[in-house]
Amino acid sequence: MLKDFRLEWRQRAALNGMLLYVGSTVFVCFLSFSLKGGTPPAPAWNALFWIILLFSAVNAVAKGFLQESRGRMLYYYTLVPPQAVILAKIAYNALLLLGLAMVGLGLYMVVLGNPVQDPILFVGNVALGALGFASTLTLVSGIAAKATNSNTLMVVLGFPLMIPMLLLLIKVSKNALDGLEFEASQSSLLTLLALNLIVGAVSYLLFPFLWRS
Amino acid sequence: MKNNWWKGLAVVLLLYTAVAGFLLPVPRLHILNETIRNLYFHVPMWFGMTFILIASVYYSIRYLRTPTPQLDILSHEAAKTGILMGCVGLATGSIWARYAWGAWWTNDPKLNGAAIAMLIYGAYLVLRSSFTDEQQRARVSAIYNIFAFATAMPLFYILPRLTDSLHPGAGGNPAFAKYDLDDNMRLVFYPAVIGWTLLAFWLAQVASRIATLKLKVYEKQLV
Repeated sequence: MLKDFRLEWRQRAALNGMLLYVGSTVFVCFLSFSLKGGTPPAPAWNALFWIILLFSAVNAVAKGFLQESRGRMLYYYTLVPPQAVILAKIAYNALLLLGLAMVGLGLYMVVLGNPVQDPILFVGNVALGALGFASTLTLVSGIAAKATNSNTLMVVLGFPLMIPMLLLLIKVSKNALDGLEFEASQSSLLTLLALNLIVGAVSYLLFPFLWRS
Repeated sequence: MKNNWWKGLAVVLLLYTAVAGFLLPVPRLHILNETIRNLYFHVPMWFGMTFILIASVYYSIRYLRTPTPQLDILSHEAAKTGILMGCVGLATGSIWARYAWGAWWTNDPKLNGAAIAMLIYGAYLVLRSSFTDEQQRARVSAIYNIFAFATAMPLFYILPRLTDSLHPGAGGNPAFAKYDLDDNMRLVFYPAVIGWTLLAFWLAQVASRIATLKLKVYEKQLV
């Protein structure tokens, strides 16, 4: 499994592109808000941040399976069991998204101000979000890679599946922005965790079947 | 005839629902008044949808174990019936909301959850149509079907419970919960649930028979 992870890491050509993608999106947001003068209000700040994350997540993870050649898949197939592949992909994507989110958040806070009152909760929430996006989108990109119009399909399949997660994430991060005490977001966080577990477990179980075809 | 008793039961129960649902007395609740009768039509849709989608997932799992075209057809038609039930559920709810709330659609967690779940299953249909190879289509859509079920069900049954909602049954609104669902209403509600669920299975059965026949005709043309 570690080997597989390293294989993933080696082909990280997309990484720099993704960093640039996030950076330029944040900068465009900054430019559009600076027309009105100053930083956006907290709810808009929150919504914009998650929209940026959502789109960069879809773009980043889509690279994972869509760019794999058939030959390389066969090569993996001879090396490791499918469960290791999906776990490694999810782990890699989660780390990738986490890195992207952190860089994005840093830039975002620099140019658009920092209204967050509970940074620990906010960052933890972003980490949960990255994990959840990674586990949903990894299987979706695996499915989409099998079909003919993969890029459209990736968005059509991925977005509705991510909305429940996104709703919870936005709610918790709103709580973190307003500095509410931890109890207020506890149940949402637990549901988020449970949702992540369900999605991860289902991907783990289903991937071997997807792999074989 | 021995195996078709449940179709007769579905007809009888639905006729009973239609007649008794409109004629039997209902409790006078504030705001709801007569619109409470929508309970016999709107709520059973979601029950029927859930059961038929469970059946669809069951066939998908069986397909992944032993791939046969028959199982694929069954799970596809069951999912389509589930989508139909969901759309009718949304429509009946929307019409009810027009008179009870004054708007066709409101920004309510229950409504949005149901709409998003419908989108998830809409994506299932899009996914199916984007394959040319039949076996691959069947396998991948079976996988997506299981995945979609696992993410759509929290939208119906878990997430709306976490927030306050305008929808009956939540946030102290006059509701169909057990304390104000009186015995008269139960007399119609439970048969209605069973009747609509049976109808859903009947629809799925007829649809998959048609699909099987079409497949056979198609195969004959190839020979």
